[in-house]
Amino acid sequence: MSGSTTIPSPTAAPAGFWASKRRNEKITRIVVTALLIVGSAIMMLPIAWMLSTSFKTRTDVFAMPPVWIPSPLHWENYPTAWNVSGMYSTEDWSFLGIPFHGVTFTTYTLNTLTIAVLSCLGTTLSSSVVAFAFARLRFPLRGPLFILCLATMMVPPQVTMIPTFILFKSIGWYDTFYPLIVPAFLGGGAYNIFLMRQFFMSIPYEMDEAAKIDGCSNFGVYWRILLPLCKPALATVAVFSFVYNWNDYLNPLIYLDTNSKKTLALGLKNFVSLYGQDYHLLMAASLLISIPIAVIFLVGQRYFIQGIATTGLK
Amino acid sequence: MTSAEQKEAISAFIFLSPFLVWMVFLMGGPILAAFFLSFCKWDILTPIQFVGLDNYKEMFFNDPRFWKALFNTAYFTFLSVPIGMVLSIVVALLMNQRVKGIGIYRTLFYLPSVVGAGVAVAVLWKWIFNADSGLLNYMLSLLTGIPIADCPKWLASETWSKPALVIMSLWGVGGGMIIYLAGLQGIPSTLYEAAEIDGANRWQQFWTVTLPGLSPVIFFQLIISIVASFQIFTQVDVMTDGLGGPADSTLVMVLYIYQKAFKYYQMGYASALSWILFIAILLATWLQFKYSKWVYYEGELRK
Repeated sequence: MSGSTTIPSPTAAPAGFWASKRRNEKITRIVVTALLIVGSAIMMLPIAWMLSTSFKTRTDVFAMPPVWIPSPLHWENYPTAWNVSGMYSTEDWSFLGIPFHGVTFTTYTLNTLTIAVLSCLGTTLSSSVVAFAFARLRFPLRGPLFILCLATMMVPPQVTMIPTFILFKSIGWYDTFYPLIVPAFLGGGAYNIFLMRQFFMSIPYEMDEAAKIDGCSNFGVYWRILLPLCKPALATVAVFSFVYNWNDYLNPLIYLDTNSKKTLALGLKNFVSLYGQDYHLLMAASLLISIPIAVIFLVGQRYFIQGIATTGLK
Repeated sequence: MTSAEQKEAISAFIFLSPFLVWMVFLMGGPILAAFFLSFCKWDILTPIQFVGLDNYKEMFFNDPRFWKALFNTAYFTFLSVPIGMVLSIVVALLMNQRVKGIGIYRTLFYLPSVVGAGVAVAVLWKWIFNADSGLLNYMLSLLTGIPIADCPKWLASETWSKPALVIMSLWGVGGGMIIYLAGLQGIPSTLYEAAEIDGANRWQQFWTVTLPGLSPVIFFQLIISIVASFQIFTQVDVMTDGLGGPADSTLVMVLYIYQKAFKYYQMGYASALSWILFIAILLATWLQFKYSKWVYYEGELRK
């Protein structure tokens, strides 16, 4: 395990002790590597299956035993899947004032990006602002308020879902992006506040004091001193919030109605209902939708794994 | 309060204001409103009608689908959480070894859990579970020799639909793995050295050092994963086209709440259901805290 750096013992070890220990370690390493390779293969099998299916024709998809590498590769499945939704919806829509005709996955992607980027921004900003107050400022009821904040983690979103829906509907936000974006600017949820606070707490308080002596306001301490030191935590919150909003299904399902306003998750669901047996197209679309998340994860993992490790849990 | 303290408190509440607005309008208010609504009958269009305990009476004594949903949710939770937990600890232990290319293995295991919560993955698994041409039955018949026609029908079978959901959830073990890995790396190596000097073998070290050291993380994960699996929705909705079939065998609580609220517009009844879900989650969490003596906190020793 972790104590595997072998320091020669000052006292005499029985003959062959170190040799047998080294041999044991070598055997362990071989077994572990074998297990990891088998495990990784199992984890990757569904993705390989998805990739393989996405290049087949409608009839090849159901062949048994399956052909893993279809020949020829049907690349055209990707553009077909991307644009096929336009076949059933010829709605006109616009993005940033530019008019478009026909709803395709392009529409859904732009909608999802709008929601995910703005929510991500809102969550990162507002959770760090609130966390700063909890971590660094003294005010009455600080303890009880923080406990209240943590307690909200136990509330399943389905409890607040119905009254919140009625509230947003009554102020005319039904079928708009507001219900999906505005809440992110209001603290970004207890978990993110907690994560940011833990990170702030790990930064020495002398930093703030030095800045204050130099004439920095509370906001200045937050913005110029603490935020730049919190990049791993901010990256963690940003990545998780972006991924959450990218994948979110229940909220868009409740609030969005017009086809041209729907997100990728809803678009894909529509696609399943309409072309449920066209697995080659479904896999192509699913794969395209998952790629941005995989890329963000691969780019950000160094930061946010550090973020989880240093801020969390213990 | 001095004026400096007052100033600090005022600026604190300015920093807190987004949270306070959220707390009142999107958390506290809606919880109370849902509680109130659970005693009413309301379809949004006609005026609200106060009906007392009728919704709860109906639910407990007259609604087999409610019991079915509760049972299915519990079934999924009690199967997926323990299996997922053991698997992700095992994987984390493997990942904590020094072998070549460990970063690649970590990425490969973690990747599915990141992409995992979305509709895309539900669509993928719907295809994997396809009884005649899906990957799972193909592999099953390849490994066991059972003809595909005799393999489980998974999502099309009342018996196998819930195990199918569990199998799908296990693809996300990487999420737990990362957290356990962080926990493992926080266990001081001096403890292992001490155990080794005392003559403990690997197996004894695992039981006396690793597991106690990891127990706070296990406790945290247990709570989080139970809460999360009580709330399973997206996968079921996508894979069963919003029905929870076959024969309600995958009708879970959140899907039932969704159906009642947004398909039948029974806002009162749906609110009552959501409060039952809330209470179930609170109860599960409370029980875990009550029986948490097994959790070992290093800090406690120093007191």
